Amino acid sequence: MGLAVKKDPGLEEKLKKVDEMLEKYKGKKGVLLQVLQEAQSIVGYLPIEVQKRVAEALNVTLSEVYSTVTFYSFFNLKPKGKYQIRSCIGTACYVKGADKVLARLEQELGIKVGDTTDDLKFSLDACRCVGACGLAPVLIINDDVYGRVTPDKVPEILKNYE
Amino acid sequence: MEFYRAHILVCRGTGCTASGSEQVFEAFEKEIEKQGLSKEVKVLLTGCLGLCELGPNIIIYPEGTYYCKVKAEDVPEIVEEHLVKGRIVERLLYKERTTEERMRALTDINFYKRQKRIALRNCGLINPEVIEEYIANDGYRALAKVLTEMTPQQVIDEITKSGLRGRGGGGFPTGRKWQFAKDAPGDIKYVVCNGDEGDPGAFMDRSILEGDPHTVLEAMAIAGYAIGAKEGYIYVRAEYPLAVKRLEIAIEQARERGLLGKNILGTGFDFDIFLRLGSGAFVCGEETALLASIEGRRGEPRPRPPFPAVAGLWGKPTLINNVETFANIPPIILNGAEWFASIGTERSKGTKVFAIGGKINNTGLVEIPMGTTLREVIYEIGGGIPNGKQFKAVQTGGPSGGCIPASLLDMPIEFDTLTQAGSMMGSGGMIVMDEDTCMVDIAKFFLTFTQDESCGKCPPCRIGTKRMLEILERITNGEGREGDIELLETLAKSIKASALCGLGQTAPNPVLSTLRYFRDEYEAHIKEKRCPAGACKALITYEIIADKCKGCGLCVKVCPVSAITGERRQPHAINKEKCLKCNSCFERCPFGAIVKK
Repeated sequence: MGLAVKKDPGLEEKLKKVDEMLEKYKGKKGVLLQVLQEAQSIVGYLPIEVQKRVAEALNVTLSEVYSTVTFYSFFNLKPKGKYQIRSCIGTACYVKGADKVLARLEQELGIKVGDTTDDLKFSLDACRCVGACGLAPVLIINDDVYGRVTPDKVPEILKNYE
Repeated sequence: MEFYRAHILVCRGTGCTASGSEQVFEAFEKEIEKQGLSKEVKVLLTGCLGLCELGPNIIIYPEGTYYCKVKAEDVPEIVEEHLVKGRIVERLLYKERTTEERMRALTDINFYKRQKRIALRNCGLINPEVIEEYIANDGYRALAKVLTEMTPQQVIDEITKSGLRGRGGGGFPTGRKWQFAKDAPGDIKYVVCNGDEGDPGAFMDRSILEGDPHTVLEAMAIAGYAIGAKEGYIYVRAEYPLAVKRLEIAIEQARERGLLGKNILGTGFDFDIFLRLGSGAFVCGEETALLASIEGRRGEPRPRPPFPAVAGLWGKPTLINNVETFANIPPIILNGAEWFASIGTERSKGTKVFAIGGKINNTGLVEIPMGTTLREVIYEIGGGIPNGKQFKAVQTGGPSGGCIPASLLDMPIEFDTLTQAGSMMGSGGMIVMDEDTCMVDIAKFFLTFTQDESCGKCPPCRIGTKRMLEILERITNGEGREGDIELLETLAKSIKASALCGLGQTAPNPVLSTLRYFRDEYEAHIKEKRCPAGACKALITYEIIADKCKGCGLCVKVCPVSAITGERRQPHAINKEKCLKCNSCFERCPFGAIVKK
């Protein structure tokens, strides 16, 4: 996993913050998911260094942590781009052509779903229904929601993040 | 208290916020300040009104004037005309599709007229971030009533008599569930709210949590009193950040006012609520998986029995209800079981919230009495199919449901009728499909979803859905074989019979229901290598009809791979080698000169 990942320059600093966060959960039971959510919000993803720390602090095995991390799609093992693109492929969006939007995104960015561009600028994910079905098809870039997206609007939307 | 002569309600649900309602809200505040109306007119944020497609939506009271697609630039005109001069801004009123008439009030338009809002009663009416607004609309009165006037058993009897059935999927009688949890032995019990709304295309729970979070808190406290629990957990999807924020605010406010916590309303009843966020696993909507996830583990389901009512969260008796189910509880307590049971049909009482979407004119949330027909929902409330296209099917029940054809449009919507039709009520997604939707492709879409979301614990779901998906992929790629349909049916039957949880047991439904009603489409793919809807890429090619092409060049502009060439004002041609079949040119051509074959 993630052997080709570039070293995150701020990782040391973030790991310190993770350690501080872990302090308040030490010895508590049933908090693994919350801890992982918090850790990811600090680091941006969950590299093995973070998983080891979590396992140690909560006194669970690393395999348990890893199995939980890989079970939930919210957790990332690799760093995400500066701009995280999530293209909704829920039913309402799909019926209205979300697959074509996604294909155009892959083509424009030159990456496949689940990947990040080499310059760590964009990452592309497909997501299942954000509940904005009235605006289908929907595209989300970080916190910006774009509704009624068509494939030929994609290049224009991406320009906002140059 | 300040008295305002007018209130402007700006929808700040997820849909309207995405369409720019935050800017509209700010523009109103600024403009009202500028016009010196700050002491007369109040701007408020509110929850979802349902017509998300026309957002940003606003309503101005006391008249109840409804303006849609409002932009920040429109705000000075609204303030000047409506609030200063008392004149309606006609151009921003909703236009009825059938009559072209501009409608003034939300309650007059077809989309709303047939609705009966019980679960959504406060959505779009109150500010969800201010507890006083909820209290002013009978909020926490039901809790006060049960704590001071009713025994726990009386509460459960009332719910049982009302005939309320679970709104999250299966439709289990709510009163019975509460009774099981009450009767289960144990000192420590829990109430859990399932807000892991995972069915793609359903967003009623999100709207309730965003637009009326206190109703869920109040209902959970009532449930806690009824079954003897002191703690409750709300499990919400991480994909719903706004719902999480509103819940956090609501819990804090309820605690401050003694409506959660120790000795609620001085009655000696203790109850508190905690939030847990999901992490993007559809299977966590299944109750045993959800409990595992709250406990911080992988969200894998386990066999039942024991049911959660006996051994649930941390092994203790646990009552799990869905968000919409809870939202029905306070009105039942206040208005009585008879009132609720008088709405709906013999076996399905009350109302159901549906999220209508897909190929339909009015997309959004509607709450209708049970027994309303699909035709009424799609044509009268939903305004029919856009662009003069033909209705093909309506999909209900999400990945666990099925596609219902035109011949069944007059069927009343009830738990049992939907099940008989090979679909299910599910959480209330209702996706309309027209002639351009390929039913084999839709079946593949849902199987891709369940395959992706299968937790992998039991082989029928993990391997069975994979095999079914492979067959569907083969069929849509034009490589279908004789016997594939029968093989799908055999697999479907054995998966339904042997999968561990609801996800696997219902996963074959989209395939079975499309096979039942649209078998000819499967056969066309397999035998004739043809996709009747023109949706399956491998089976279509794009061509330009020379007679119809005016050589305008619009298709050349939209083509991402420059596959279309031609002299200006001369018929163009598509290079089939280069063509990605992205459909962009087809959609753009104003002359209908591009055809799929």
